Amino acid sequence: MPQPMTLAEKLVARAAGREAVRPGEIVTATVDLAMMHDSGGPRRVAPMLARLGATVWDPERVVLVSDHYVPAVDTESAGILDLTRKWAKSAGIARFHDMQGICHVVLPERGHLRPGMFAVGGDSHSPTGGAFGAYMFGVGATEMCGVLVTGEIWLRVPETILLEWQGRLGRGVVAKDMILAMCAKLGMDGGRYQAIHYAGEAVAALPMPERMTLCNMAAELGAQTGLVAPDATTREFLVAAGVPESGIETARWQNDFGAAAAERHVFDAAALAPMVAAPHSPANSGPAAEQRGVRVDQAYIGACTGAKLVDLHMAAEVLKGRRVAPDVRLLVAPASTRTTAAAAADGTLATLTEAGAILLPSGCGACAGYGAGVLAENEVCIASTARNFKGRMGASSAKVYLGSPYTVAAAAVAGAIRDPREFLP
Amino acid sequence: MTRRVWIFGDDIDTDVLAPGIYMKGPIAELAKHCLETVDQRFAPNARPGDIVVAGRNFGMGSSREQAVMALRELGIAAVLAKSFAGIFYRNAINLGLLVLICPEAGRIAPGASLTIDTASGWATDAKSGETFAFEPLPPHLMAIVADGGLLPHLEKRLRSTRHAEKTT
Repeated sequence: MPQPMTLAEKLVARAAGREAVRPGEIVTATVDLAMMHDSGGPRRVAPMLARLGATVWDPERVVLVSDHYVPAVDTESAGILDLTRKWAKSAGIARFHDMQGICHVVLPERGHLRPGMFAVGGDSHSPTGGAFGAYMFGVGATEMCGVLVTGEIWLRVPETILLEWQGRLGRGVVAKDMILAMCAKLGMDGGRYQAIHYAGEAVAALPMPERMTLCNMAAELGAQTGLVAPDATTREFLVAAGVPESGIETARWQNDFGAAAAERHVFDAAALAPMVAAPHSPANSGPAAEQRGVRVDQAYIGACTGAKLVDLHMAAEVLKGRRVAPDVRLLVAPASTRTTAAAAADGTLATLTEAGAILLPSGCGACAGYGAGVLAENEVCIASTARNFKGRMGASSAKVYLGSPYTVAAAAVAGAIRDPREFLP
Repeated sequence: MTRRVWIFGDDIDTDVLAPGIYMKGPIAELAKHCLETVDQRFAPNARPGDIVVAGRNFGMGSSREQAVMALRELGIAAVLAKSFAGIFYRNAINLGLLVLICPEAGRIAPGASLTIDTASGWATDAKSGETFAFEPLPPHLMAIVADGGLLPHLEKRLRSTRHAEKTT
């Protein structure tokens, strides 16, 4: 009888061509998909490939997304985007998404992910792919160059940290609140560069975009990846994204009965309140009510973490029939062009703009200080993004609070942080 | 050789190491802003050979290699920290920056003058005579660091393979 394995171990074993693996072993895995963007991608790896006299091992396994410097605002960013386009052509990368949205959202939206895959991304929020039962993690440009040349990468087989959410979330409480609560409890290195597995009734009840929020911020827990075991919800999303039904395996990609997690932490979903992370760390989180009255200059709904269609729906629920407070600016950067199209079609965009929201291009934007919406000295912002590190969103004296789209929209309307449930029917 | 130290706390992130607003420009310019939001004296005064000492989870956040490149640009010889974030740690080795896990890093004093013995795993403060244990890098990783990073390491290996092919 084979030893029981966790989902993470099964994914790594398959990619390493092994029957079984044990945590701590160092293995070499075959990469099914390598994702890069304009910032850490061609402009960094092209000179390295040239230096080695090497070419991409398999252009069909590469996905390239321009999302950081979009649209260009000066000659430097225009040059980076131009270089990215030219490299895509010369390297024969067919799956190139130029200014179509943020890589972590575009990837599943265009049907590039499926359960069982082993994937790397040149971006730290690459664990987002774990929401689909894929083993996906972030790497730097040199490491990516190695993958592009060999199609392989080494890793230490991770331990599994099980984060189990029992019960059901209350009204106005969402995945962002769950992950902020986990950051507060476990700290920014609680994931120990191991594999996090989110499970339990509340996780199983989440739609895919919300599972993506959990896995995306496995990065903030310091994990290598964050996983949710695939199920009927996964299958439904992927089929809608154009993945052939026959290519979606869910039964195989589960924790085996009796598989040992190195750690298990249990959370009570029903007891969770909307959360806010105070400056300058996602781990600095507590109930939004405790920050009630903190005045904001800017409310930002954007980034891979917090501007998917469900996120815009949350904001619209709060903003419907209301106006953004005077002296507050609400900026909304939908995560992808398809998100924008869907939000236009269902009336969400109109609700946002009627309330006074200003629409920005789909891209990484102000979240990491790359695009429109950066902050001046001493300004205060509340954002649906993943990180509020000092100086990340602009001036180093600026203060950034993090919350769910509900909480960001509520602050935009009130001009100060509130528990968003005050604004929900 | 003894080296000056720069002391930092826990959770030093990639945005303070390599601020996003300077990411478009050349590395020399970016390096001028390395860690400025936590210590304005660091970048203008760091000298080649200096050592960065830090607490837990050094390099947390982004996968941007510029966080490592900025320290290299300033000539930082090594980072001794209680622990490192996973992606940063791999990036550092790939770019030839010596990263050493030193659980006792918190005891190193701001005015320390350190010598580092990478083989034995001991750092010594020449002033106080105090010693601090760190985990030596495994030989295969130390070889990459010694060659200046993964790319020069691979080039060297390719050269020696080609040389061997020629001579046999």
